[in-house]
Amino acid sequence: MLEIFQYDFMQKAFITGILIAIITPCIGVVVVLKRLSMIGDSLSHNSLAGVAAGLAFGLNPILGAVLFSIAAAFGIDRVRKSFPRYSEIAIAVIMSTGIGLAGILSGFVKNSANFNSFLFGSIVAISDFELYLVIGLSAIVILAVIFLFKELFYITFDEEAARLAGIPIKSINFVFTLLTAVTISVSARTVGTLVISSLMVLPVATAMQIAKSYKQTVVFAVIFALIFTLSGLSISYYADFKPGGTIVLVGILTLICVLIYKNVLSKAIVKRAIRCHNHN
Amino acid sequence: MKQIIEVNNLNFGYNDSLILKDISFSVDKGDFLGLIGANGSGKSTLVKLLLKILTPLSGEIMLLGENISRFKQWDKIGYVSQKANSFNSSFPATVEEIVTANLFSKIGLFKLPKKHHKEQVYHALELVGMQDYGKKLIGNLSGGQQQRVFIARVLVSEPEIMFLDEPTVGIDAKSEEAVYCLLARLNQELGLTIIMVTHDISAITIHANKLICLGENGLFIHDPKEGITAAFASELYGYGVNLHSHDCKNCLREVTKC
Repeated sequence: MLEIFQYDFMQKAFITGILIAIITPCIGVVVVLKRLSMIGDSLSHNSLAGVAAGLAFGLNPILGAVLFSIAAAFGIDRVRKSFPRYSEIAIAVIMSTGIGLAGILSGFVKNSANFNSFLFGSIVAISDFELYLVIGLSAIVILAVIFLFKELFYITFDEEAARLAGIPIKSINFVFTLLTAVTISVSARTVGTLVISSLMVLPVATAMQIAKSYKQTVVFAVIFALIFTLSGLSISYYADFKPGGTIVLVGILTLICVLIYKNVLSKAIVKRAIRCHNHN
Repeated sequence: MKQIIEVNNLNFGYNDSLILKDISFSVDKGDFLGLIGANGSGKSTLVKLLLKILTPLSGEIMLLGENISRFKQWDKIGYVSQKANSFNSSFPATVEEIVTANLFSKIGLFKLPKKHHKEQVYHALELVGMQDYGKKLIGNLSGGQQQRVFIARVLVSEPEIMFLDEPTVGIDAKSEEAVYCLLARLNQELGLTIIMVTHDISAITIHANKLICLGENGLFIHDPKEGITAAFASELYGYGVNLHSHDCKNCLREVTKC
């Protein structure tokens, strides 16, 4: 067995990492294509407030994050109705609420090292209870995304047409809001609340550069997220880096490589076309 | 002929101003109805009321013999909106995925599409001449081809009525003519009832069998066979309008051939 897997905490980190790498891009595809990329940041700041509340009042911090994140997700939906053409206002208002609450509640947390571990993630801190919680909630998210695949696709592409096709828009949007909130909060421990929204966006952005369909975008995004997470966790173990930051930086590097490759490839295609044209 | 839409004494407005005042008309099965009028006259609003996207202040709308408030057969209604022209062109979706999405009522909630659903998708694409583009990304198609895909998306659910809100905005004249030809063929071949909002008075006069004109003096029905003069159009629009005739020889030949 590799040295890295000899430790119980690393086995837990890899299991939760793999599950998070599967669920975040599944949700992220819809979030990015609906042009709501900043929603992840907003919810994660609220989940941080939930973590602080949990630690301050003796609750499990992940459960606190789930509750605060769900409340924030519905808060965004409610505020958006007041500013129908400016959905980013709703995201900013709820993010500010989260930051404010996290700032105040963190003052009541006695063990600040434990609270800080939620900012950028910690692979040593995952308890058995949190592992089971992540497994259970991830299973729910994966099943929901599989069974609502075509509905989520249509709502994301054209909500008005989806309603006319008979899709229960309100119910599915409600379920999706819940899934987003749950995904962000369960990822808080491993990846960290400050970088979770990057893990929602980066694999999707990379996949969109090479995918030839919506289905491919989802599959490639999951593959990229797995690559980012597994290599990020390994590097963080050997180099003693924070896992969240390492995972995100691996993602950024991969996106840059894919963009360069695509740019070089498209230039080569244009050059070949010009050569063929001149030859004829 | 069977009446499939009936509108009685319909009123609708935003804030304090009434846009549609005491509107009444009916549409028969197999009609090709053109909805014309100046910007802000309420054409798109009327379509949205007929699709229950908006709710009237008062009046009655009957769709396929049922009051719209209780209407459930939305799979029999197709809609190509103005937004279809301005969708996110970098959305990573293939033509096949987009058309399949509209089969929701036939596939059902929590279920995945089966082989016969794929056959239905390619049949709809064949009707609009796009069967070879199933695997292409929607953003890589021309404006005219995209519009055909959106019409196929509606056709796949085999609707009885198809609403189109300015479907030819932003596409070139040749593609525009092709869209009109396609609609005329679907109307004649499949007996599809078409209700189309447009500013292209000359083209709609050739293809529609009924025109609903919305102007400052309310709604009136016009028979396209009587033609539309520049004076008539200017009165309807409230400002000077020049009409340009369409060369629809190819189109008419295609319609006759069907």
